[in-house]
Amino acid sequence: MKNIAEIRADFPILGRMVYDKNLLYFDNGATTQKPKCVIDTVGEVYSTYNANIHRGVHLLSDLSSEAYENAREKVRSFINAGKREEVVFTSGATGSINAIAFSFGERYIKPGDEIIISHLEHHANIVPWQMMCERKGAVLRVIPINDTGEIIFDEYLKLISSKTKLVSVAQVSNALGTILPVNEIIAAAHAYNVPVLIDGAQGIQHGVVDMKEMDCDFYVFSGHKIYGPTGIGILYGKEKWLSELPPYQGGGDMVEKVTFEKTTYNELPFKFEAGTMNYTGAIGLASALDYVLTIGREDIEIREKELLSYATNLLTSIKGLTIYGNSVSKISTISFLLDGIHQYDAGMILDKMGIAVRTGTHCAQPVMDYFGIDGTIRASLCFYNTKEEIDILATAIEKVITMFV
Amino acid sequence: MTINEVQNKIIDEFSLFDDWMDKYSLLIDLGKELQVIDPKFKVKDFLIEGCQSKVWLHPDFNGNIITFTADSDAIITRGIVALLIKVLSERTPEEIINADLYFIEKIGLRQNLSPTRSNGLLSMVRQMKLYAMAFDARNKNRVIS
Repeated sequence: MKNIAEIRADFPILGRMVYDKNLLYFDNGATTQKPKCVIDTVGEVYSTYNANIHRGVHLLSDLSSEAYENAREKVRSFINAGKREEVVFTSGATGSINAIAFSFGERYIKPGDEIIISHLEHHANIVPWQMMCERKGAVLRVIPINDTGEIIFDEYLKLISSKTKLVSVAQVSNALGTILPVNEIIAAAHAYNVPVLIDGAQGIQHGVVDMKEMDCDFYVFSGHKIYGPTGIGILYGKEKWLSELPPYQGGGDMVEKVTFEKTTYNELPFKFEAGTMNYTGAIGLASALDYVLTIGREDIEIREKELLSYATNLLTSIKGLTIYGNSVSKISTISFLLDGIHQYDAGMILDKMGIAVRTGTHCAQPVMDYFGIDGTIRASLCFYNTKEEIDILATAIEKVITMFV
Repeated sequence: MTINEVQNKIIDEFSLFDDWMDKYSLLIDLGKELQVIDPKFKVKDFLIEGCQSKVWLHPDFNGNIITFTADSDAIITRGIVALLIKVLSERTPEEIINADLYFIEKIGLRQNLSPTRSNGLLSMVRQMKLYAMAFDARNKNRVIS
């Protein structure tokens, strides 16, 4: 594995200053920074072979189409999906969930049917299902959580019934960092022949994700949260589902034959890729996945666990600091509050000290409601962060406390 | 003091500090000093939309001048509200409507607050001006009728 100095040198932005101070970037849960190889790849597409994919007979179009399809193969192999037909490019995890919520709803959902989500979900895995339930007269059921920020598995088992048509849960809670027991969730649902969608937006970048092993029916994630460009995402779906589901958008490239009387659809995965796709983003994402493989996913997991334990110990020792989400099974995200200090006040002062954290509800208002709070300060770490940075964060938090109390 | 005299005084006060941390300390102090709002006004009707933290703003019009009281759950926001109250409270509706709030730019509040926070600040100003317009219209209607 590269040493930390080499890793950090791969990310140009990590060298910049903010307000004359070194940038400390702890907002990786919102988006990750990009290694130079990704930035260069995107630049290279535009400066050397940019052309619309699957359209032209000319060389550039061939080159970009080939790079786009190679990117699909790269994603397939990265998540160990069975077939490239099972990998659909979308705009992001949100776009992927909306696509399934629409198509699955149109194809299978009847009044009285039930969809199960968890109390830990990001709004992107709540609202599309609410919209679908409203359209179809279905009912949304929610797996409750406990004070450590974990789902209550027994309550989940009680929710599954013959009415359940789909389970859609996060692999990892974005607000608290809790890793959900997705293998057990999937197995329990499959016992009732209920398909499962896993929202991997906060999971894919923190370890090995293997579709064959996980056996979920759908898996979604965003490119920008795994060191890739924004505006590109993945919808993985088992072939049998994707074949049966109707397309959710009509347009170019997703069709086989169009007449005014009837249109037949293209084969998988193109059926779900209407219009000009973000091929630059897809090619950039492939470069990001290559980069992650170079660092090594096992090594990333080990490094991030070390950072989590170091940061948790250090922050816990600060008087008046409360961590929300204390599961033993967590990614390197720490959500916390300081006694008597509003999270925005703390976030603004930390910003002035060069520290980027997120404050607020993290698009997970039900989680905040559960704990009876308006929001938290969230430090989401990743492998390019260092213990020295965590030390600076702790000192900065102490300084914030002296300013307000 | 006129609105502009108050603004100039604030600009002078902030210009004593080069470091942003000191400017924030000043805002925090102002926030702590802000006169408390009557709890009965800390309700949804007086909550300003568009702020990341909660801001309650209550106008009291005696037929001549408007007195604002306000509160926020975040102290820095309270500091900002305190500044706006210093400038715009106990003024006639007309003064408030016509006020050019250049101090926000001058003390660097607009650039140095996060965009959403800045929006919150603008929402507060907009709300104060809206109240002034409403009271102004009420006054004019009274004269006509």
